Amino acid sequence: MISTLTRTERFLALWISMAVSICGLALAIAGREDPLLIHGLLILLFGLVCSYIVMFGYEEKAPGTERLSLYYDEPIKAGVIFAMIWAVFGMFMGVWVAAQLAWPDLAFDAPWSGLGRLRPTHTTGVIFGFGGNALIATSFHVVQRTSRARLPDQLSSWFVLVGYNMYCLIAVSGYLLGITQSKEYAESEWYADIWLVLVWVTYFVLYIRTLARRKEPHIYVANWYFLAFILVVAILHIVNNLAVPVSLGHAKSYTVWPGVQDAMVQWWYGHNAVAFFLTSGFLGMLYYYLPVRAQRPIFSYRLSILSFWGITFFYMWAGSHHLHYTALPDWVQTLGMTFSIMLLVPSWASAGNALLTLNGAWHRVRDDATLRFMMIAAVFYGLSTFEGSFMAIRPVNSLSHYTDWTIGHVHAGALGWVALITFGSFYTLVPVLWKRRQMYSPALIEWHFWLALAGTLIYVFAMWNSGIIQGLMWRTYTEEDTLAYSFVDSLKAMWPYYVARAFGGLLFLIGAIICLYNILMTIRSPDKAESRDDVPHPADLALAGE
Amino acid sequence: MSVEERDPVSGERLTGHDWNGIKELDTPIPRGVLLFLIVTHIIAFALWVLTPAWPLGKSYTPGILGIDQKKAVEEQLVASAADKATWTKKIEVSDFPTIQADERMMLIVRSTGHQLFGDNCAACHGSDGKGRANYPDLTDDDWLWGGDVQRIAETVSVGVNSANAGSRIAEMPRFGVDQMLPREDVEKAANFVFSLSNPQFSQPANVETIAAGREVFLANCATCHGEDARGKQDVGAPNLTDERWIYGGDLDTIITTIHGGRRGHMPTWDQRLTPAEIKILALYVHSLGEGDS
Repeated sequence: MISTLTRTERFLALWISMAVSICGLALAIAGREDPLLIHGLLILLFGLVCSYIVMFGYEEKAPGTERLSLYYDEPIKAGVIFAMIWAVFGMFMGVWVAAQLAWPDLAFDAPWSGLGRLRPTHTTGVIFGFGGNALIATSFHVVQRTSRARLPDQLSSWFVLVGYNMYCLIAVSGYLLGITQSKEYAESEWYADIWLVLVWVTYFVLYIRTLARRKEPHIYVANWYFLAFILVVAILHIVNNLAVPVSLGHAKSYTVWPGVQDAMVQWWYGHNAVAFFLTSGFLGMLYYYLPVRAQRPIFSYRLSILSFWGITFFYMWAGSHHLHYTALPDWVQTLGMTFSIMLLVPSWASAGNALLTLNGAWHRVRDDATLRFMMIAAVFYGLSTFEGSFMAIRPVNSLSHYTDWTIGHVHAGALGWVALITFGSFYTLVPVLWKRRQMYSPALIEWHFWLALAGTLIYVFAMWNSGIIQGLMWRTYTEEDTLAYSFVDSLKAMWPYYVARAFGGLLFLIGAIICLYNILMTIRSPDKAESRDDVPHPADLALAGE
Repeated sequence: MSVEERDPVSGERLTGHDWNGIKELDTPIPRGVLLFLIVTHIIAFALWVLTPAWPLGKSYTPGILGIDQKKAVEEQLVASAADKATWTKKIEVSDFPTIQADERMMLIVRSTGHQLFGDNCAACHGSDGKGRANYPDLTDDDWLWGGDVQRIAETVSVGVNSANAGSRIAEMPRFGVDQMLPREDVEKAANFVFSLSNPQFSQPANVETIAAGREVFLANCATCHGEDARGKQDVGAPNLTDERWIYGGDLDTIITTIHGGRRGHMPTWDQRLTPAEIKILALYVHSLGEGDS
């Protein structure tokens, strides 16, 4: 990888790696009597390893200008592999915590292995590790192809990818150590959050610079979504994580938001993380890989416009539906609920646009598991957005809130939509990236498809059942107007569903392992296939001179 | 790039855009989508008019239905208490024998008691009331503080070693840690106590130790546990002659207990539960093992 960097970039890369090492050392010294010590040392080690890698390749021959006639795909390849490693890790943690709910002894009585610490490693591992790396990788691929322009330099993309993975490592290792600011999906502490801001702003600037160099008159829909994802996630992350550390030598910090405002900011963040990370970004993916694989034009450009602006506008208001029947004022709850209802139409319009794009390609959906992944993803996207709007209605929420129904809903989206669209995109992307005719084994893709679909359905049906049973048990009264069941009674009733959920998750995990194997074997296979069309616009060459 | 280019499958016009082979149809937005969009907006507008919705500086639009969730909850609580009053009053004023004799009231005790016990007591005593290591079994007829309903109600109300000023107090001294007894005496006493519930342990080889342990016991333990070691319910000292143990009845655990002492804890409930609820729980717990009649 270092051989693709220019001399100046190597110098800069070394400088950045050393600066990271020094920051790590400073944190370790300042926090020598705090859990921060371990993170300081981890950052120091990470910086030193990066410095070593750069120095090792420092004297290699610098790339010539011929590199500019090809897209810059090196970081995308690494991103795909990182994403799949995080997928296997994050999904394994998910299966483990799911199993702990059925068999609590699997926590093994150690402080680091209880549900409270393992759960955020699962959510961070799959959302940020798997989802984030997949988004970074595919966005770099899509923006280059649909702009017919190469990334403007080699270093920024590596900084974004490697820096992002360092953030994920700090976050996940921190949860095991008990370092958390206890905000769901934003658990990482202040120093990790500051680092992510640097990475994310670089990502935004890189994306804008690439779009500015485009050789197409218009910006493609996929890039609208990717750009919304990058921009809004930056805003959400910064606002929700405004906090004051105890001192520069402490991992612990306190948020600047007081009381119910903190709850509101957190769920404005939380819901828009779903909207702009898990929806907008992956819609960008869908908008490129689905039509490419189906070899069909997008069903309706006008519908794309309606969906995009509807989704970006309405989602911003919907977060308060996470706080129905709480100390949050009534009027905020009404706004959250009504905007969630209005959000349904643009959401369904994008799912419908994706499915109608398949008109004329249904024979391919039947024969090609890769395309089937993307078709089912669009179906689950439609399903979970309907469910989300429905659950945002206050009386419905009074039954569903705090129950497993919420977990079922999230996983209908996370497994059925986010993960399936990613797998479909990766199976389309990997042969292109490594210039292979096709994936190593189409049969294994077929296996993966059925395992993933079965796993998702088992998981979601188990949680629907357990959630509704829980909700009903909590509100069943006796003739004397007292509660009919204690909480423990409802917990006992959940047991069969917890077992089923762990089993569904296990099937999904096995599918992800098969996917990783299939990708690695594709990379190793000798079956080369050069594509002459997959190059930037020739005019890009002149512009990108050194 | 002709604008008139058409898609052969759908017959729709293409927009003329082309990104790396991806094209777009210029299909108009289906009428159903627009209709659906209008319907969801009408629902939203209606809710804005009917219920609290938009902020106005320091206040907000209250909505013509006058809905207020805090008021709604308060009203529901009042209504629920009024509904329940018919039987809670009866339980509050009746004494235990009257309630126990009334099959209708006992039905209420059993159904309500199950939920009260599950949400308040089961965390320590288990949802079946059988206890677990360090927490006593409530279904047997072995009671620390007495098993008649009145005494159970008293225990629930004030707790054991709790924050309540009238709490029941019970503490077994730390005979070893505080050097009240030398190590060998601790072991002798433990051997004696162990032999009480394990007759087969009284073999010729152990008789001497057991006899010596008995002396230690009489001098140090009998004040609370009684000379017959059958415990005293007025000081919460357990019976040591039966098979039921809170912390464990093997020799090692008995040594640990004498060495380090024991100080159990049960919270006080009189601030968290109503008098009627405490009565119900006492009757419920009593009924679990048919209590101490």
